[in-house]
Amino acid sequence: MANFNGYLIISAILFSIGTIGVLTRKNSIVIFMCIELMLNAVNLTFITFSRYLGNLDGQIFVFFIMTVAAAEAAVGLALIIAFYNNKDTIDVDEVQLMKW
Amino acid sequence: METLFFLIISLVAIVSAILVITCKNPINSALALIMTFFCLATYYVMLDAPFMAAVQVMVYAGAIMVLMVFTIMLLNIRVNATRQQSHKVLFSIILGFFTLINTLVIIFKSRAALPTGPYSGDMIKNIGHTELIGKEMFTNFLLPFEITSILLLAAIVGAVILAKKKI
Repeated sequence: MANFNGYLIISAILFSIGTIGVLTRKNSIVIFMCIELMLNAVNLTFITFSRYLGNLDGQIFVFFIMTVAAAEAAVGLALIIAFYNNKDTIDVDEVQLMKW
Repeated sequence: METLFFLIISLVAIVSAILVITCKNPINSALALIMTFFCLATYYVMLDAPFMAAVQVMVYAGAIMVLMVFTIMLLNIRVNATRQQSHKVLFSIILGFFTLINTLVIIFKSRAALPTGPYSGDMIKNIGHTELIGKEMFTNFLLPFEITSILLLAAIVGAVILAKKKI
């Protein structure tokens, strides 16, 4: 298990860096990239445990996560472009239409 | 030797992940993120999952990041250095630090089950990773695989509708 701990620690560090990025940045494309970073950290955990437990189910899950990430990228970037056409900025602080 | 290689790759991965959240220009962030993806692909190879490494490079570093760089260049956002970050930087860093502590405690305190599955490293090397993944995916995971196609269809329709002129 000592061999696999390193991968899990790297995964935890990458996930935390992604969290900090999502909370601090204002550019919505950079926030999007930080979300991808967090998804990849989870993928690394999945593959590490899949290898450790000798079971391929985790890698199939990673495959599905990648599919969902691709769909999310297509729709999310279309949303960002639509937002830019309306507001001329992609700053998330400008998204306050529903703010009370 | 493998430990040294692992440490070098870890250093590159963490430094480029930090560059993703600190670079002012989104293009630099995207390039750093591609570097992180390549490091993760290296980890997958070290974990006896070469097919996943290939998919990581093709789908993430290829397709998704090309889409993002394309969007960044299409929008042509001017970098204004004054309003890059919100005021809650300290709060966010504390929260991220607690996330890290929490996950590390889970890693070191938990007791994982013993290896039970039939797929050992030798078996993966002898039969081939792609063949094992394919057999598993088209037998036990056939229904999720089919549902994924519906998800992709919905994503295509959504992207086309959202990219129209007037929303």
